[in-house]
Amino acid sequence: MLCTVTETTGLIDVRGLSKRYGDKVAVNDLSFTVEPGRVTGFLGPNGAGKSTTMRMIVGLDHPSSGSATIDGVPYAQLRKPLTVVGALLEAKALHPGRSARNHLLYLAQTQGLPARRCDEVLDLVGLSAVAGKRAKGFSLGMTQRLGIAAAMLGNPRVLMLDEPVNGLDPEGIRWVRTFMRQLAAEGRTVLVSSHLMSEMAQTADHLVVIGRGHLIANCSTQEFIARSSERSVLVRSPDARLRDLLAAEGAQVAAEPDGGLGVSGLEAPQIGELAARAGVVLHELTPRLASLEEAFMELTADSVEYGQRAGTAPGAVPPGATPPGGPGYAAAGGGFPGNGAAGHGAPPSTSPQTTGVPSGTGRSGS
Amino acid sequence: MTTLHDAPVPAAPPSAGPRVPLGGLLLSEWTKIRTVRSTVWSLIAFAVVTIGASTLIASLIAANWNSPGNDAAHTLTTDPTSLVFGPGFFLGQLALGVLGVIVVSGEYSTGAIRSSLLAVPGRLPMLAAKIIVFALLEIVISAVMIFVVFFITTSIFSSHVSITISQPGMVGACIGAIFYLTVVGLFAMSVGGLIRHTAGAIATVVGIILVVPSLIGLIPGTVAQHISAYFFTNAGVLVAQTHQQPGDLLSPWQGLGVFVLEVAILLAAGAWLLKRRDA
Repeated sequence: MLCTVTETTGLIDVRGLSKRYGDKVAVNDLSFTVEPGRVTGFLGPNGAGKSTTMRMIVGLDHPSSGSATIDGVPYAQLRKPLTVVGALLEAKALHPGRSARNHLLYLAQTQGLPARRCDEVLDLVGLSAVAGKRAKGFSLGMTQRLGIAAAMLGNPRVLMLDEPVNGLDPEGIRWVRTFMRQLAAEGRTVLVSSHLMSEMAQTADHLVVIGRGHLIANCSTQEFIARSSERSVLVRSPDARLRDLLAAEGAQVAAEPDGGLGVSGLEAPQIGELAARAGVVLHELTPRLASLEEAFMELTADSVEYGQRAGTAPGAVPPGATPPGGPGYAAAGGGFPGNGAAGHGAPPSTSPQTTGVPSGTGRSGS
Repeated sequence: MTTLHDAPVPAAPPSAGPRVPLGGLLLSEWTKIRTVRSTVWSLIAFAVVTIGASTLIASLIAANWNSPGNDAAHTLTTDPTSLVFGPGFFLGQLALGVLGVIVVSGEYSTGAIRSSLLAVPGRLPMLAAKIIVFALLEIVISAVMIFVVFFITTSIFSSHVSITISQPGMVGACIGAIFYLTVVGLFAMSVGGLIRHTAGAIATVVGIILVVPSLIGLIPGTVAQHISAYFFTNAGVLVAQTHQQPGDLLSPWQGLGVFVLEVAILLAAGAWLLKRRDA
């Protein structure tokens, strides 16, 4: 064989990436890789540097030091970048006076893509019905879909989505989630940022967690939760002696509002054996993990840029929270109704709710 | 919507394959320009203001032909274009200035620039394509307008004085006027790229075209005289004359050359900032 074509994988490689604005360090010596074939969640509190990092990967912002490459090539040197990387960095990266289709058309023309590709991606995101409408009248959800359509224009191997579910209704959120999983299943590289741990738990296989521009964790979602969870056990007993028994064994015991006891420092089997030896009746003995949201808060507590530094209040742990992927995992603390373990159903077809009459909120265009 | 896409996941190395030809970028910039309403409105304003002002002034001159103090007869022999299309384009050029600013600042103020730069991360090819497409559009529009205005005003003056395209210097002046208007648009574009805010850039363009030359004219002395002669549109507009007027420091084509050079410097500064700035 005279020559072999190197099989490209769509690997994003971030090395020692830093961004400083004067004295302020937005991103500090960040290194990680994003592998193809899985959804990688890019997680951190607001202001952690997620967007800045993503913008540096695609060359919109210039790094103060370090580098980011896609299959070893800096984004700015890609010949037809949209056919390699699709990025949704902010919903408003468009001219509100231009129609959805014309927005896609001018982007397609820069890549030498045929105009029919615009119709294909509009159909893909369910915006065909409003293809000729000016983006000015779009709801945030529709604008996000248009951004995703633009990202998919060049059928890229690598997808980068910055907070893609912002402003979406539950149906839209489920659609994006399904979409991302499907892209990863096809072998593409999917990097998606969020400040919501619960959102990531349902979508991401792997997590890159940052706070204040520093890398906090880079591991599988399961591992992240296991590593950072504070274990405790919920015990319920009619016998008041239990509390003293547990305290005598060195456990921390906190009364729960509903009469149960939150016990940390002892595992469930030990508690059960202790109670049996003392002849104390137990009505409930439930091992539990901190919710994902709390695990995340705990890890990033020191790195929250704005707002209070306190962790969550004791006793706020929802009973029965289990690791992601487990049955019945319900969006702990995420506040998305109706999409708990609903799974990854078919993407919704064009629906009046998301693609119908433009909302009258009138986000200003000029 | 059962499948995500028709094409399979591509496997070609990202840096392989031909670069996007300039043709694609030109097509893209043309799409950008023609698909926003501000372009249509600016061009309509350009046509209406230019034709309206030309017709009005020419009619007033013709109606008062024999009034004392009307030296139009003299002007129309020594510097005919200053009355044939001077008045109309003096106002009309502001519409081109507004369009030139919006073509650039519109992308920044809306955030569309980030979508554009994702597609053309080299940035400068996009700017080059934008300059070429906008210049071509301006040449076509200006040529049409020069033709129309020339026809209207010479018809109005025809009962008093015959002005034809074949008289000495007239073809050159018409072509020069097309170039001048085109460079005015590019000048506005460069200001739009440097300032990036629509209102500020338009104010700057209008100020430099209309206000600053008058202020410089108030300063006595030869230094001010030279500054005035070389100042942007003051220099550029000379090319729309049939021949050099007494007292002009620059010949018509020298004037255009000076204006082009100044605009080129501004565009280069804008290109440097575009390459350097975070988007």
